[in-house]
Amino acid sequence: MSSPYQRLAALLVVGALGLGPSAAAADTVTIGLAQSITGGSPALYGIEQKNAAELAVDEANAAKLLGDRKIQLVHLDDGADRGQTVNVFQRLIGRDKVVAIIGPTLSTGAFAADPIAQKAGVPVVAASNTASGVTDIGDYIFRVSPPEDRVTPGVLKTVVDRFKVKRVAQIYGIDDQLTKSAYNTQKKALEALGVEIVATETFQRGDVEFAAQLTKIKAAQPDLIVLGSLAEESAGILRQARQLGIPKEVVFVGTQSSISSKFFELAGPAAEGLIAGTAWYIDSPEPKNQEFVKKYEARFGRKPDIYSAYGYDAASLVINAIKEAGSGDRKAVRDNLAKTKNFPGVLGPIGFDAGREPVIDPKILVASGGRFVIFK
Amino acid sequence: MSVFLQQTVNGLSLGSAYAVFAVGFTLLFGVLNVLNLAQGAVFMVGAFTGLELVRLVELPLPLAFLVAMVTAGAVSVLTQVAVFGPLERRGGHRWMGLIASLAVARLLVAIAQEVFGTQVLRYPSEPWMEASWTIAGVQIQGLQLIVLATALLVMAALAVLLRATQTGRAIRTMAFNPNVARLVGVPVQRMTLLTYFIAGALAGAAGVQLGVLYNAVSPFMGETILLKGLTVLILGGLGHVPGAALAGLLLGLTEVYSVGYLSSSFRDAVGFGLVFIILLVRPHGLFGLTTRQRA
Repeated sequence: MSSPYQRLAALLVVGALGLGPSAAAADTVTIGLAQSITGGSPALYGIEQKNAAELAVDEANAAKLLGDRKIQLVHLDDGADRGQTVNVFQRLIGRDKVVAIIGPTLSTGAFAADPIAQKAGVPVVAASNTASGVTDIGDYIFRVSPPEDRVTPGVLKTVVDRFKVKRVAQIYGIDDQLTKSAYNTQKKALEALGVEIVATETFQRGDVEFAAQLTKIKAAQPDLIVLGSLAEESAGILRQARQLGIPKEVVFVGTQSSISSKFFELAGPAAEGLIAGTAWYIDSPEPKNQEFVKKYEARFGRKPDIYSAYGYDAASLVINAIKEAGSGDRKAVRDNLAKTKNFPGVLGPIGFDAGREPVIDPKILVASGGRFVIFK
Repeated sequence: MSVFLQQTVNGLSLGSAYAVFAVGFTLLFGVLNVLNLAQGAVFMVGAFTGLELVRLVELPLPLAFLVAMVTAGAVSVLTQVAVFGPLERRGGHRWMGLIASLAVARLLVAIAQEVFGTQVLRYPSEPWMEASWTIAGVQIQGLQLIVLATALLVMAALAVLLRATQTGRAIRTMAFNPNVARLVGVPVQRMTLLTYFIAGALAGAAGVQLGVLYNAVSPFMGETILLKGLTVLILGGLGHVPGAALAGLLLGLTEVYSVGYLSSSFRDAVGFGLVFIILLVRPHGLFGLTTRQRA
């Protein structure tokens, strides 16, 4: 804001905005972003998605993806709270007249607020809701984060075929929604593969001692041990399994949440060989991803995580749908979202199926030499 | 058979760390009639102190273990001087002490969260920590033996202190009756602080033991052990120190056997179920004594 003319122009813009959204709508398209930046640990996911969405929008604006029209991103904090998520949706739809909403952070928020967007005919693209049934809310609700049951069966099938697995043991956290649902998905997939489940053990959130369960598992002589656990627990289980002398030939399969640098730090050499499936990982060779990781790190001073990747692709898909629609018409944007196939995202080629669930190619990774690489 | 023996080894190493923690917890209860719920947080302070000394100062683990004990003891003394002492002097109800101890615990956890973050940290691995032997199909880790040995050592030292020294006699007199102790010239305030110190040091010792054994240190690690401490306090017979040591081992064994022979989902139910049954059959706990016998 150096020259007085620019200052005058800015005043005029502010004045125009003051006249109401319709006056500004001619040259901007507004996208709503409902992500938690407060509210405890969900804020960790929310902030990543917010950062990534801002990055995607700024890039699209710089590249003039929509020609002369600017994309404006309005972020409101849903506070990881159901009530607040409902308020945020109402404000984005009613006051900000958004074309589409990216969010909310939690599935519980989605179940409360998505029906409002559905009723108003505003497309919603979720980037971190993984509970089943979210997209069943209506035909305006999409998501890019694949639920566990889209990733796990493929991973287990590959492992069972490759290692000729006959006997399987399962161990999982019994008092955590995420690990428990991971267990159910794994169990269903294993039963479908026709392998024998020889032991099922549980632990509780915060447990650090797994020796008793693992001793029992060892006695059942499985070929494969499937973990329904978070990164810290997976690390503890693997270390103690090796300490108890569970043979090297026994294969371990973990959940997507094991894929973190924390896991290697805690498990040390015992990490070697753990297999897990995921939609994204930082070393993914997708060309779009390499570029994304570099840009994200340059702008935010830290490496992106899987939620940043989801957030970036959610924003990119919405922008692409607006571009294809050629306008900010909500119905047209929805229809173009639903048509999306093989869009080049950081997750790889991404699209939506008839149920508005993501169609992606999950990657099967194996821990090797202190990092995850593609399992071959 | 080898599975049973393996579970016994697992249970003994787990139980010995429970015992060290519970002995301190029990001592406070037995001598001062204080149920200090901040002990779990002091346990966590010990684990973090040991961790930082090993990671940053690169102190050898045995030395870090001793310094962590002293630090945890000092923190425990500090809570007495700053919180429990003043409350008692102003005639606060016993419940107030209990709630205050909960507040102290939350405070220590919050500080640890701020300083170390909420993620799980681990002790740096050293070759000697990975040593293990297979004897008759049973895998015995060097670390398990070290935990068991240090637990026995620490508890033996405490037994000598309590049974064979003038200080120990003074502490036991206080356990019998603080007024009597005052009448016979026991320096009650000093002995109170000493008791807090010992209890804190034991909690700190258990913190380092479990932190190293299970390779996981986090601000919230004290919550689980606190429940174990309460279980052992009752099992061992409210305030009975050798009882607590035995009950700690017993709880460790019960936990692994219940996982091994029942179901892992029942582990905590079995531990607390045991407490319930013992309270019904022997209201004083397994080794419980009356006040007179406690001295």
